[in-house]
Amino acid sequence: MNDSSHTYDASEKAPAGVRLEEPKSTPKIAIRGLTKVFGDKVVLDGVDLDIQPGESMLVIGGSGSGKSVLLKCILGLLHPDGGSIKVDGEEVVGLYGSDLDRVRRKFGMLFQNAALFDSLPVWENVAFGLIQGQRMDRGKAREIALEKLAAVGLGPDVGDLTPAELSGGMRKRVGLARAIATEPEIIFFDEPTTGLDPIMGDVIDRLIVDCVKGLGATALSITHDMASARRISDRIAMLYKGKIIWVGETKGIDHSDNPYVDQFINGRAEGPIQMQVRDL
Amino acid sequence: MPILQPIGRTFLIFLEATGRLSLFTLLSLSHCLRPPFYPRLIVRQMIEIGYYSLPVVGLTAIFTGMVLALQSYTGFARFSAESAIPNVVVVSITRELGPVLAGLMVAGRVGASMAAEIGTMRVTEQVDALDTLATNPFKYLIAPRLIAGLTMLPLLVLVADIIGVFGGYIVSTQKLGFNPATYLKNTWDFIEVQDVVSGLVKAGVFGFLVTLMGCYHGYNSRGGAQGVGAATTNAVVSASILILSFNYFITELFFAR
Repeated sequence: MNDSSHTYDASEKAPAGVRLEEPKSTPKIAIRGLTKVFGDKVVLDGVDLDIQPGESMLVIGGSGSGKSVLLKCILGLLHPDGGSIKVDGEEVVGLYGSDLDRVRRKFGMLFQNAALFDSLPVWENVAFGLIQGQRMDRGKAREIALEKLAAVGLGPDVGDLTPAELSGGMRKRVGLARAIATEPEIIFFDEPTTGLDPIMGDVIDRLIVDCVKGLGATALSITHDMASARRISDRIAMLYKGKIIWVGETKGIDHSDNPYVDQFINGRAEGPIQMQVRDL
Repeated sequence: MPILQPIGRTFLIFLEATGRLSLFTLLSLSHCLRPPFYPRLIVRQMIEIGYYSLPVVGLTAIFTGMVLALQSYTGFARFSAESAIPNVVVVSITRELGPVLAGLMVAGRVGASMAAEIGTMRVTEQVDALDTLATNPFKYLIAPRLIAGLTMLPLLVLVADIIGVFGGYIVSTQKLGFNPATYLKNTWDFIEVQDVVSGLVKAGVFGFLVTLMGCYHGYNSRGGAQGVGAATTNAVVSASILILSFNYFITELFFAR
């Protein structure tokens, strides 16, 4: 059941163990008490997170810690079992149809494997949100698509290729171009550097930072690549066992005084986080 | 009660699946009727389902018509009732064999490819990507396919009817020694509007069922290549079974006294 009445006042004290910073203004995205259960597995167990306008927030956490589920709940791809998600102060849990579409127009998303439509040429992939979402004329949309491709370092000749002809790094670039084509206010990045070599990873990170700053957008990324995390984020939140256990400036992550964060960013097998390895 | 538990569980799973399919069907239908429409995609699916299925449906129809004439002859010759062959061929083809065989062939060809395509889009997050680009997958992926299936299969069956009757005509005139003019006259005299119309109604229903099963199993596929493979199998098997069972009920609706 949706418990959308379950909201916290912004001034209310944050739950124990969470360091929420005092909000400067209405947060771009405000998440309160978000829960999501699959079968008998509790994936999100009361997530609280504020993302301020114009900042780049990053969520770290181990594999299977629910990072992707968190993103999909905000996008409305999954229905949370409880809690509240407010975008620009508007409750989005329980929205559907044209109201949900209206909120979704604020979002852009770069998927982990880019999720390009393989039935369409590259330029139409990039222009998809303009043609289908905004009903723009195809010729004009193509021009914008080629501009966006240039912004991610791809020439106009790439526009006529199909996604199957692209390398991994190029797919990510096209995915990024598609995510920024509609000039969204909020952009999500799902593991932007996974599957790329370190150099291409750095290139994509730089493009992400340039694009986000260029649009003045708010960004929410998830990753477990700490090098990438340091490059693209202003603040980092750590998700562990379905809860946000730490939030802080990226600069201060090495001095978090949190054993969980320390273990994660240093990549140690020993520590408070025990990987669940079950006997078969 | 360890015996009752699995029975109850199976029953619950069955009810859950039925409910999910019913909701999916209603949602798909409502999106077929409400704008925005995607004429470009509807036309592409019509060509895919209608035009590209012509060879396989045509071949099925001509051989069915031919074998029908041959088999009826061996049976009817015993009672000196050979003259009933044009009647048997045209009624069997238009009422039953045309729609059912065309439906089954299209289920194998189109239903499978739809389930595989949408299933792959699902497991590679392309369906989610549609959602994030403010495009409803039901409108963009499913409605054009359902509309195309519903409209194209009757046209395919109309062609199959003609080719099937022609197959019977060839065998009867070339092999069984019928007079061509008499055969055609008998065919034309026996055929009734209701025979053809009932076949076309069946075809529309089958086209809807085939595309619905392809879309439903593709849309709900999970877990990589294996999930897509299972979705493809389920789409073809469930579409075939639905075609055969709906065929009975529609026949009863039209012809039961």
